[in-house]
Amino acid sequence: MATPTLTQTVDLVARFPGKVTADERPGYSGFIVTKESLIEVATAVRDEFGFDLLSSLTGVDYLAENKMEVVYNAYKTTGGAGLEFKVQVERVDPIEVPSLTGIWRGAEYQEREVWDLYGIKFTDHPDMRRILMWEGFEGHPLRKDWKEAFYEEEIKPYKSRWPEGKHTFAEDRNPFHDNLNLPKDFDPEKYVVDKEEDLYASLERHTMKDEEGKMKTDSVVVNLGPHHPSTHGVLRVAVTLNGETVMGLKPVMGYLHRNHEKIGERNTFTQIIPYTDRLDYFNSMSNNFGYVTAVEKLMKIQVAERAEYIRVIMAELSRIQNHLIFVGMLINDLGSMFTPAFYVFEERELILDIFEAVSGSRMMCNYYRFGGVVRDVSDEMLQKIKDLVFERLPAKTDEVERLLNENELLVGRLKGTHVLSAEDAINFSVTGPVLRASGVPYDLRRADPYSIYDRFDFDVAVRHNGDMMDNYLIRFDEIRQSLRILEQALKQIPQGPINSQKPNYQIKVPAGEAYGRIESPKGELGFYIVSNGKGNPYRYHVRAPSFVNLTAIEKMCIGTKIQDFVALLAMLDIVMGELDR
Amino acid sequence: MENERLSLPNYNIPEDLKDVVAITTLDRLYNWGRRSSLWPLTFGLACCAIEMIAAQMARYDMSRFGMEVMRPTPRQADMILISGTVTKKMLPVIIRLYNQMPEPKYVVAMGACASGGGPFKEGYNVVAGIDKFLPVDVYIPGCPPTPQALIAGLIKLQEKIDKDSLKKVRWYNKEKKDGNYVPMPILGPDLIDVRRNAEIRDIAAAKTTQESA
Ligand code: SF4
Repeated sequence: MATPTLTQTVDLVARFPGKVTADERPGYSGFIVTKESLIEVATAVRDEFGFDLLSSLTGVDYLAENKMEVVYNAYKTTGGAGLEFKVQVERVDPIEVPSLTGIWRGAEYQEREVWDLYGIKFTDHPDMRRILMWEGFEGHPLRKDWKEAFYEEEIKPYKSRWPEGKHTFAEDRNPFHDNLNLPKDFDPEKYVVDKEEDLYASLERHTMKDEEGKMKTDSVVVNLGPHHPSTHGVLRVAVTLNGETVMGLKPVMGYLHRNHEKIGERNTFTQIIPYTDRLDYFNSMSNNFGYVTAVEKLMKIQVAERAEYIRVIMAELSRIQNHLIFVGMLINDLGSMFTPAFYVFEERELILDIFEAVSGSRMMCNYYRFGGVVRDVSDEMLQKIKDLVFERLPAKTDEVERLLNENELLVGRLKGTHVLSAEDAINFSVTGPVLRASGVPYDLRRADPYSIYDRFDFDVAVRHNGDMMDNYLIRFDEIRQSLRILEQALKQIPQGPINSQKPNYQIKVPAGEAYGRIESPKGELGFYIVSNGKGNPYRYHVRAPSFVNLTAIEKMCIGTKIQDFVALLAMLDIVMGELDR
Repeated sequence: MENERLSLPNYNIPEDLKDVVAITTLDRLYNWGRRSSLWPLTFGLACCAIEMIAAQMARYDMSRFGMEVMRPTPRQADMILISGTVTKKMLPVIIRLYNQMPEPKYVVAMGACASGGGPFKEGYNVVAGIDKFLPVDVYIPGCPPTPQALIAGLIKLQEKIDKDSLKKVRWYNKEKKDGNYVPMPILGPDLIDVRRNAEIRDIAAAKTTQESA
């Protein structure tokens, strides 16, 4: 097993006596910072101790203790253990915490999310609006005392299903006979619908102004999406245009907000696994991997040796298939409708065949379990994987590259556009291939090895220009490295049991917290889990790479042309299931 | 032109004219034309949309059935595939798209989410099935339905079109002009179906205060 992530390496208490205390709740780690000194401590964490990447930021509602907590996880891009610190505030509205956007710009959307779902206001935040739900929505849904319209019980399994088994329809229990929760004496005819003035006002605030002395031109506001062929799902972006130049830009999301975290906190630990499939629906295997890694860290269990190899094989196959689709979709968005996509989907189908054979489903694999995987891989299937890895995929990758890489139009569109510098990328908490394309060799498989990645010989793919071309090329580099890992794993895979635990529907997880993260194809996929010793997580948070990477979009777009924006969305490789959760 | 499909079986056409002449009804000709060129709206919501893309790719190749011409604008589309979870925030957009589509138009609910809320039904931002708002022609089960299932569902839709009759179809019905127009729901403290305004007001007034948490 790799070294655990949360070992503390710095002593904040000694550095800030009286302002910082160690978190001594059983199972917890990290430091508790007073609200007043948060900015001071966070600045020191970044500048003195060198934790330059704010990976995750989220809230927890401790209803019984009447406290709200904001949890920060910071890491070094040079690798190694992280630093976790928290702020606790009294649970009396208005709840306010200073914003860290001045230190890590990557906090911007995550803080907005905490405001939306927990109602914690971040003071001095540049744009404090709801992010997933719409303005005017009643309540902050992740608070423990907020109940959804189809509420049945606090936690699953619900008594109506098991053991009694008398199921009633949720619609019949709700007074409105629908998924509807309205305050008393609400009159729909008198309700004034929000006209999204806040959104346009914030767009206005962040729009570049015409320079003095230059000819005055009028700018127009355009809404792209949520139904737009190139937004990769249901993302909406409001842009201010001056001619074709983007002057200001604000993404609007939440059109696929499926309440993953609220449902997750009602589910049992095992029930969450199939839900994680539906986060980044291209890579259900990687999502499973991230989630079980986090829970195993809490449970402190070993994973069966053979299962470790199977996990790595599946995750790397998933990465290859993701990057292939990325190439197809990027070029699709650049205007070459479908032809490259046909090539890459052919390979993807072959990989999905393997997933289907081992797990029973093409896309929603639900394959990993705590301590191992659910089913073994037959020798016949291993042979199929070997054929793919040793023969077919390397040749096909070369073929796709030969077809595209030197295409004049492609190079013309990609080279030098949307440059993201290394400093900006880190400050915006960008991870994954996008970060590596701007010259930061930060890959969790190396920087903070999990599972058995420390046994394999591979290079961290890195490119240095940070433009679209490098972002495109690095995907091929990563496919090649994944193939390298696969070759070794396929040669080394031992026989043996596939799970170190007994099959169990209802596991108990010791009380405490854990932040587990893996390198998913899109970036750092983290799960923050708080358990209170029962069969359901008390807090379940997904740090989705698509969501956090999108924070940099404003910075990258302003001043560029609108037609390149379409390609940029493809380049960030966002997927809405994970972005909105 | 596929003769055997178009010609009525009870006419005896001489063998040498079979490829040149067809005797049929107007209904049959009309349905044959429409069922063979179903143009879907390029519209993906969630995970199911990925299987929809896969169905268009080489292995499954939807175009064998005349439904590969995806139109990005609703004004040119014949059918809308609701391919994924319908959220409250997204619903007004879907309704607007639907209202912009010209008749004849069809709705296909792909997957568990679009059919009835699926795994996310209990969520506070999820609409439990698009059929609460739009008239669905075909439901395709699965999470996600495989491309084969999707194609099977679309063939079902073609079979349904085969049974249409010019006399009965709603878009030639004079009295019910715009009978399929769906009023836009509004996003208030929660999603409000404006068709139920009076009912909602009454229930909200009757609510006891402690219920309205
Ligand atoms: S039915 Fe399943 S696969 Fe389809 S959108 Fe819903 S969760 Fe995703």
